[in-house]
Amino acid sequence: MADVNRGNRPLSPHLAIYRPQLTSMTSILTRITGNALLISTLLVVWWFLSAAISPEYFAYADGVLTSWFGDIVLTLSVLGLWYHTLAGLRHLIWDMGYGLEVEQAEKMGIVCLVGSVVLTLITVLVV
Amino acid sequence: MAYLTDRKRAAGLGAAKTGTEHHWSMMVSSVALLLLVPLFVFTVGPVIGSSHGEMVAYFAKPFPAIVAALTLTVGLMHFKNGAQTLIEDYVHGPAKKLTIIGVICLSYAAAGTALFSIARIAL
Repeated sequence: MADVNRGNRPLSPHLAIYRPQLTSMTSILTRITGNALLISTLLVVWWFLSAAISPEYFAYADGVLTSWFGDIVLTLSVLGLWYHTLAGLRHLIWDMGYGLEVEQAEKMGIVCLVGSVVLTLITVLVV
Repeated sequence: MAYLTDRKRAAGLGAAKTGTEHHWSMMVSSVALLLLVPLFVFTVGPVIGSSHGEMVAYFAKPFPAIVAALTLTVGLMHFKNGAQTLIEDYVHGPAKKLTIIGVICLSYAAAGTALFSIARIAL
């Protein structure tokens, strides 16, 4: 009987039939923030490289990062970084076998969303 | 064919193939980053916008230099593996392989550049 249905196994339902939920939204946000952080990382690496090249080039790179546009990018980066950090912590908690019930998962999702905003405000105030 | 067991016939047909080591590498790097990221944000953040002299003097100290070097390298390796999962989910065929190779090369290039730059500033 194992020979039937080869290559024609059932697929999981398509995303479009799901109503947006807190759990799925916080999950995709983890992926978006994590991958978008590449841009922030490359900017910071560029900032370090500029300092290694010359004081003039550093002044240019630092000027870009501290311009109004740089401020927006860096603030969003910090928001994404804190969100991804908290969401990663949630994944580690799940990996230990805790918080897997929907209610707890949603509670932790709210903590991730609110926590990342709070941490960003603290970062903007301190830094 | 008749001599194959059902289990043997089903092995490898799932979507996942491998993944335990990949998941473990994400767990280990995320635990490391849980500590490194806050240290990085609050050591590097205040230096953005300072003069070249101040910046170089700051990263000549061991602690900020080591935190920056570790965060960027561990972070980029975490990105390398995480982005691979993203690509595997949405890109298929030869484009998948090429994109994954591109991401791996970019990650190592950025990590190498970061280490060179920090070493040059710190030493």
